[in-house]
Amino acid sequence: MIAAMVQHRLLFSLGGLIILTALLSLLIGSQAIPLMDALHESFAGNTGIYGLILTELRIPRTLVALLAGASLGLCGAVMQSLLRNPLASPGLVGSASGAALGAVITLYFGLASLFTYALPLGGMIGALLATLTVYLLAGRDAGTLTLILAGVAVNAFTLALVSLLLNLAPSPYAVQEIALWMLGSLANISSNELWILLPGTLAGWMMIGRQGRSLDLLTFGEETASSMGAELPRLRRRLFLAVALAIGSAISVTGAIGFIGLVVPHLLRPLVGYQPSRLLVPSAMGGGLLLLLADIGVRLLPAQGEIKVGVVTALIGAPFFLWLIIQGKRSGL
Amino acid sequence: MNLLSGQALCFSCDAQPILDGVDITLTGGEMLGLIGPNGAGKSTLLRLLAGAITADKGMLTLEGRPISTFTPRERARRIAYLPQMSEIAWPMSVERLVALGRIPHLEAWQHPGPYDTEIIDRVITETDLLPYRDRPFNTLSGGEQARAVLARAMVSEPDILLADEPVSALDPAHQLDVMTLLSKHCEAGHSVIVVLHDLNLAAHFCKRLKLLYRGRTLAEGDANQVLTPQNLEKAYAIEMNLSAGPSPAPFRLPWRRLNN
Repeated sequence: MIAAMVQHRLLFSLGGLIILTALLSLLIGSQAIPLMDALHESFAGNTGIYGLILTELRIPRTLVALLAGASLGLCGAVMQSLLRNPLASPGLVGSASGAALGAVITLYFGLASLFTYALPLGGMIGALLATLTVYLLAGRDAGTLTLILAGVAVNAFTLALVSLLLNLAPSPYAVQEIALWMLGSLANISSNELWILLPGTLAGWMMIGRQGRSLDLLTFGEETASSMGAELPRLRRRLFLAVALAIGSAISVTGAIGFIGLVVPHLLRPLVGYQPSRLLVPSAMGGGLLLLLADIGVRLLPAQGEIKVGVVTALIGAPFFLWLIIQGKRSGL
Repeated sequence: MNLLSGQALCFSCDAQPILDGVDITLTGGEMLGLIGPNGAGKSTLLRLLAGAITADKGMLTLEGRPISTFTPRERARRIAYLPQMSEIAWPMSVERLVALGRIPHLEAWQHPGPYDTEIIDRVITETDLLPYRDRPFNTLSGGEQARAVLARAMVSEPDILLADEPVSALDPAHQLDVMTLLSKHCEAGHSVIVVLHDLNLAAHFCKRLKLLYRGRTLAEGDANQVLTPQNLEKAYAIEMNLSAGPSPAPFRLPWRRLNN
C-alpha cells in the first residue's frame, strides 16, 4: 500500500514537472513569442507568424523531445532489467549505432536531400538490421553475457562503418553534415519529424507494455524466472524488436543522444524500490523530462549557432554517471 | 495417482551425460529427500522438474498429463523451484522480493489483493523474517537470504516445492525451522523434493530418500534401506559411523575417507 502511494507521488511529480517544462519549452527560442497571441492565432486557423512558430516549430520540437527522451529512458530501463545489469544502455542491442549507420548512409549518398523521409527511414532500417544481427549472432537461447558481447561487437563494427563513410566522404561539406547530424539535435524539428517518430515509438511502447512482470521475475535469474512462468526466448525477441523500433525512430529523428537511457533508470531505481516493472513508466517520464530540459538549456545557452543537445546530454551525463558509480561503490552496491 | 512422475530422464551437457535414465515419482503430501555426492545430478534433476531446462530424453508428467501440455504460468502455479544459489539482481526489500513470488497467480496489470498480502505476511512470519521485511536483500546474512528466497518460493502456494539445499547456509536452529516448515507444507497435502547433504537431517525429515550417483538412482526407500554402509561407501567413498546407544533414531557420522 505504502509502495503504491510512493509510486503515485513519483508519477504525479514527474507529470507536473513535464507539464511545466513543456510550457516553458513553448516560450523559449530565438524568437520571443507572446503565448496568448500565438495560441489565439493557432486556434483561429492562423496565418500569423506567432501561430506558425508555435504549431509548426515549438510544439513539434517539444513533443519530439518528450517522445524521444521517453523512449530512451524506457528502453534503458527495459535493457537494464532484461540483462540484469545497471550498466546496460538502450544502444546495447545495436539499435542506436544501427540507426546512425542507416542515417549516415542516406546522408553519404545524398538520398537525404532528395527525399525528406530518406534519412529517418534509413535510420529505422539500420536499427532493425543491427538489432537483428545482434539477436542472430547471440543465438536463440543466448544468455545475458552472450547478448552483451554480441551487442558490443555489432556496435563496434557499425560505428567502424560510420567512420569509414566519414573517411570516404566526397566533400568536406558532406563530412560536416554527417558529423553534425551524429551529434544529436532537436533544432530542425518540424511536424514532419513528429509524424515520422510517432508510429515506431508507439509500437515499441505497446510491445513493452505488458512485459513488466516478466522483467520482475528476471530479478531472480534466468532459470528461476523460467520456473516462475517467464518465457524468456519470447520475451527477448519481443523486447529487442520493441527497443529497435522505439530507439530507431528516436535516433533517426534526433541523431545520437547519449546517456539519457543509461542515467535515468539508474537515478529512479531507488525511488521505485528497485522493482523493474515499477521502473518503466517513471523512466519514460524522466527521460522525456530530461531531454526536454537539456533542449531548453541548449536554446538558452549563448552560442554562435546552437550547441547540439546530444553534446549537452553526454557532457553532463558522463560526469554524473561517474559520480553515481562512485556513490554506488561507497554504499556497497 | 502420482502427482509428478518422470521416466528415464536423460540430460547431457557437452556430450557429458549428467542424468542417465532417472525415474522419479512423487505423491501428494510426500517429502522426498534427494541425496548423493557432488556432481551426481541432483540439481540437474531438480532444474529439469522445475522446467528451467528441458530433458534430452524421457517422459515427465504432472497430474497425469505430459508437462509440455501446461503453459509456463500454469506450471509455475503448481511447481515452485528454489535454486541452490540465488543471484538477486537488485537490492530490493525482503517483503517486495517475497511478494514477487505471487506473480504466477497475478494477471499482467493486477495488483496483489488482500489474499496475496495475507499469504505474504504469513510466510514472512513463518520463515522468521519479520524483523528484516524492510531490509534490502543484499544487506542480509547468508542464512537470512536463504530464508527470504525460500519464502519467495512458498508464497506461490505450490503443490510441489523443489528446494535445492535450502538449509546449507543455515545455523542448526534455522535448519530445523526450515525442515519443519517443509514438513508442514507436506502435512497440508502439498509435496516437497528437497536436496540435502546432511544425511541425518534427511533421515530425520524425509520418509523416502533417493540416492543419486553418477546420473543414476543408486538406491531408493526409507533411511534404513538407503543409508546402508554399502551404498554410502559406493556413493561417497566414505565410511560411516552408525550410532549405538540411547538415541531416538540411529544417526550417521561421516567417519573416514576411503581411498579408491
